[in-house]
Amino acid sequence: MSDSSAAAAHPPGLAHHFESYEQQKHSSFLGMWLFLVQEVMFFGGLFVVYVTYRSLYGDAFAAGSRQLDVMIGAVNTTVLLISSFTMVIAVTAAKKGNRKWIVYGLLLTILFGGIFLGVKYFEYGAKWQHHLVPGPYFEWHGEGVGRPVEIFFCLYFAMTGMHALHMVVGIGIMLFMLRPAWRGKWTPQNHNFVEGFGLYWHFVDIVWIFLFPFLYLIGLATH
Amino acid sequence: MSTREYDVAPDPGLPKSHYLNAAHGLKSWLLTTDHKRIGILYLLSITFFFLLGGIYAIAIRLELLTPAGDMVQPDTYNRLFTMHGVLMIFFFLIPSIPAALGNFVIPLMIGAKDVAFPKLNLASWYMYLIGASLTMWALFHGGVDTGWTFYTPFSTTYSNTYVAAVAVGIFVNGFSGIFTGINFMVTIHRMRAPGMTWFRLPLFIWAHYATSLIMVLGTPVLAITIVLVALERLLKFGFFDPALGGDPVLFQHLFWFYSHPAVYIMILPSMGVISEIIAAFARKPVFGYKFVAFASMGIAVIGFIVWGHHLFVSSQSLYAGLIFSILTMLVAVPSAVKVFNWMATLYRGSIEYSTPMFYALGFIGLFTIGGLTGLMLATTGIDVHVHDTYFVVAHFHYIMVGGALMGYLGGLHYWWPKITGRMYPGFWSHLSAGVIFLGFNLTFFPQFILGYLGMPRRYHAYPEEFQVLNILSTAGASILAVGYVIPLVYFIWSLKYGEVAGKNPWGAVGLEWQTASPPPEHNFEEIPEADFEPYEYVEGPPSERPYRYSRSEA
Amino acid sequence: MSEHHSLKPYVFVLVGLLILTWVTYGAALWDFGHPWSDLVALLIAMTKASLVVVFFMHVKGATPLIKMAAVGGFFWLLIFGAFVLADVLTRPGMLEFL
Repeated sequence: MSDSSAAAAHPPGLAHHFESYEQQKHSSFLGMWLFLVQEVMFFGGLFVVYVTYRSLYGDAFAAGSRQLDVMIGAVNTTVLLISSFTMVIAVTAAKKGNRKWIVYGLLLTILFGGIFLGVKYFEYGAKWQHHLVPGPYFEWHGEGVGRPVEIFFCLYFAMTGMHALHMVVGIGIMLFMLRPAWRGKWTPQNHNFVEGFGLYWHFVDIVWIFLFPFLYLIGLATH
Repeated sequence: MSTREYDVAPDPGLPKSHYLNAAHGLKSWLLTTDHKRIGILYLLSITFFFLLGGIYAIAIRLELLTPAGDMVQPDTYNRLFTMHGVLMIFFFLIPSIPAALGNFVIPLMIGAKDVAFPKLNLASWYMYLIGASLTMWALFHGGVDTGWTFYTPFSTTYSNTYVAAVAVGIFVNGFSGIFTGINFMVTIHRMRAPGMTWFRLPLFIWAHYATSLIMVLGTPVLAITIVLVALERLLKFGFFDPALGGDPVLFQHLFWFYSHPAVYIMILPSMGVISEIIAAFARKPVFGYKFVAFASMGIAVIGFIVWGHHLFVSSQSLYAGLIFSILTMLVAVPSAVKVFNWMATLYRGSIEYSTPMFYALGFIGLFTIGGLTGLMLATTGIDVHVHDTYFVVAHFHYIMVGGALMGYLGGLHYWWPKITGRMYPGFWSHLSAGVIFLGFNLTFFPQFILGYLGMPRRYHAYPEEFQVLNILSTAGASILAVGYVIPLVYFIWSLKYGEVAGKNPWGAVGLEWQTASPPPEHNFEEIPEADFEPYEYVEGPPSERPYRYSRSEA
Repeated sequence: MSEHHSLKPYVFVLVGLLILTWVTYGAALWDFGHPWSDLVALLIAMTKASLVVVFFMHVKGATPLIKMAAVGGFFWLLIFGAFVLADVLTRPGMLEFL
């Protein structure tokens, strides 16, 4: 196996240290999945904190959860699930080499992601007005379940904030993807970036799938 | 391919073109994606932080020379040991072998042109640099006094130092480790040369695979923990605030979920180095190759579920303490497998006492002491008495300095000819290895006794009856410091004046010794094929060895 | 690869996800008793997440290695949580703290 002949005819879009598109593709997917494993553990730390306090202060968490608007949470869940679907449109188009639909898919995903963040923005604003942001400004006038309610809101903001941060990053990356997508950079042979990004976006969706019941739905029947 | 040809052509000098002269100028270094150059960048940075952390260690030992706290204020002393810990752990030990030596050697060992994601590799160095800069900024503004463990609520509420800056620094630096881990795992999975099956991989690779697993699974938990501490400190989000019903012990769980496995991030690569060196200089295959390989994985997995032994006296429940105690003892099993197998490898080998071998033999002894005292600490009954004493300090320095650092220095001496193409002077390198071994034991062995007698850690003053042992320890630290400076001098000297090493100065097996020293830009002139078993050393005179294991003319 | 690149199966998955979103809301209105309500919500969330992982993220038809990575992260998180709870839930007096 001669290296020099391979290097001379190195195909476009194949990095110098890979031997084949196949190797490059498998490497980039494995890398992306390992990155997502890392993300699972990152959010996982928050979930462990949540589960610990939820098991200690069930009533306070339920009371805190009742301060959130279930309808807003449900609408945002729907919006985010749809954005995951539009991401699938972009990835499928990339597999076919249909550059127009890659762009449409990305634009739709940006749109739904933007709606989600817009709703979140107003939701945060309302929490601020109701003195539900933890810290010196926090006030609690609800049931007498004690101080751990503030911990619920600490977690609410940390978890949704981290999630929103991941969405902002995702939308930023998609904005940068529009131009190369339109110019036909991604072909059926080489669209690892689009597919890898798709994985990231779906992961962000999964985080929200857990956040919705954990934050918005607890104690709905009892409190 | 015949394996009985002999390499008779003497090496005339350094190869004409290699990775070091493939491009010139600062930019060619700062924007490089070559894993070998990135390894060098890491090597330089970690050496800087090792020396800086060493200065703090010297200051600590000087203060402890006398029972009275007469050199520094108590607050200053808190900052000294905190910065010593932070710099040594996060900016030296964790990146030391993986990011510097591993980066350089792993692709060479498996016959790849580069790691799987060269740009990510460079990004990891910049993450390291940004994290280090933030920490340095805090350091210049007076340092941090929480201890490297950042226990709440002191770190979140009471400390008046730049905790948040260092926290963000460690957060950013964490991504350097995560990127390296992802890169290594994908590289080992996907970039192996033809014929390089899993059980032909050098044990150094197995060790790094296990290490990478810890980096990817553990580091993000530290990252989020640090974020929570920063939020609590800056925005008064009371995640761990007892005033709100928050639980500081929960912080300790989160912190040690990463930071205990982090000990294995430090020691596993070191064990990988030792396996290479022992086999090369006993001229025998590693005894029980598969056991050593799986022991690495076993240590990584079990090492993840022992963190609770740091919480034995932190009001963790007795039940959890019991579980963690048993699991901690369990992790000694794969560690012992490794030690026994190294001994069995040495048995009846034709041992050559080269400098790397000095370090490897030192490692085995010191690691064994560190490991066995770790078992003592895993016993809850003993731990209650000696926790937070110098016994613990001595124990983890035997693992981290006697183990991880010895392995790092051994590896550096082993691959230095490959990295630079030149040899270092044998006399001085043997001497410094001896000095380091003596200095190390003199520094830390008295600390076992001190701890057992009840001297607590993290105090700048102590009762007078402890002075003799403390003087011994400080004297040892001075010897140790000399021992570390000697290699620094002769390594730099060797860059210009060292003998040309040639391809394979040790007559070692492995793909990395079959390419030129220093290696060409893309590692191999031709993609190699691994058609041999791991550590295929044969006994007998050099002339009867297969050509590829013959020593290069030096 | 013999994929048809058809969007149809993904539409079904999306509809399934939206239905499950309403199911989890409906389940929350029902009082199953203390830990059970949370576990039901968790179970539904895990079902939804699996749908996303298996279909949207193409783990169906992926290499065994990718499948391991997909499961591995969650599995390790489970171990982490289990050991933390092993301490928290067995601490004497912790629940009477407030």
